[in-house]
Amino acid sequence: MSMWQRFSLIFRSKANKVLDRAEDPRETLDYSYQRQLDLLAQVRRGVADVATSRKRVELQVNQLSAQSDKLQGQAEQAITANREDLAREALTRKSALTSQIADLKTQQAQLQGEEEKLTLAQQRLSAKVESFRTRKETIKATYTAAEAQTKINEAMSGIGEEMGDVGMAIQRAEDKTAQMQARAGAIDELIASGALDDASSLNNGDDISRELEAMSSQTEVEAELARLKGGAPAPQAIESAPDAGQIVDAPSQAEQQAEPQAQAQGSTPPESGDPK
Amino acid sequence: MIVRILAEGQFDLSEDAVSALNELDAKVESAIGAGDDAAFHDALSALLDGVRTAGVPHDAEALDASDLILPMADATLAEVKDMLSGDGLIPG
Repeated sequence: MSMWQRFSLIFRSKANKVLDRAEDPRETLDYSYQRQLDLLAQVRRGVADVATSRKRVELQVNQLSAQSDKLQGQAEQAITANREDLAREALTRKSALTSQIADLKTQQAQLQGEEEKLTLAQQRLSAKVESFRTRKETIKATYTAAEAQTKINEAMSGIGEEMGDVGMAIQRAEDKTAQMQARAGAIDELIASGALDDASSLNNGDDISRELEAMSSQTEVEAELARLKGGAPAPQAIESAPDAGQIVDAPSQAEQQAEPQAQAQGSTPPESGDPK
Repeated sequence: MIVRILAEGQFDLSEDAVSALNELDAKVESAIGAGDDAAFHDALSALLDGVRTAGVPHDAEALDASDLILPMADATLAEVKDMLSGDGLIPG
């Protein structure tokens, strides 16, 4: 016996075991039909589950891509500011994300494939279940015990094979989805922990951003200082600028200043420049 | 003859067409025997392609049992071995 004949026999005998037989052949038909409807419902749920997982992975791809774009922007900013070290750090992080994104895209494609397979399985089973229903009614209407058993056996083995096939497709899709969900969960945790800075908090919260911001506010402070020195309308501001605490602690003094914005900017450097 | 590719559906093939696929079939068998994953995947793909090319899809609404059942295209060597040993094929 060839391997595939053996394979077919094993598959069929397993598939037939799934179909319980009742005493009365007509009950067998009804019972089997119910099982078929259950399986159809199951495959529909399977399609929905896989679609949910796929969407989750898609969301992660979008999040990580946004993060990657952000790092790219930071690297450009850092280079403009002559900070090669920061640019290098940003690009290093970006390259780690790039491989993660590629991995997620592969998963996304696999889930898409499973979704399509299950959808087709659902359509095939659906067509056969409908045929079975018609056949079942015909057999019951023209029921004579002698010929019914043969007809029932024919109908049952045909549908049983399809059910076995679909059942296996669902199982495999569930297994694959479960594996990917575990990995997706791990990535969600990474994003939540801030290790992969959530891109929704653009320009906040990560050290490169903080350093770039500190640099830019430092530049703004210098520019403001230069401007104030030029016009010199408020000498106090110049004196207090290096120590913002004084301004914050002395609002009345600050209120007297002509340019309230100067204090807001002046208060930034000590906080952001604070060495960690 | 009716040949089912798991996860794909049933195909109608002439007896001759099935015989012509024996050579491809033998390659799959030997790859399974050798435990060679890559060879198994290539041989199975070739066999399934042969079925798809030589066959026409069987009537979707027919309730006919297949004469031959073949593994799904993305089956692994381990999965097929499991099936042949009679374990874990169909859940439930």
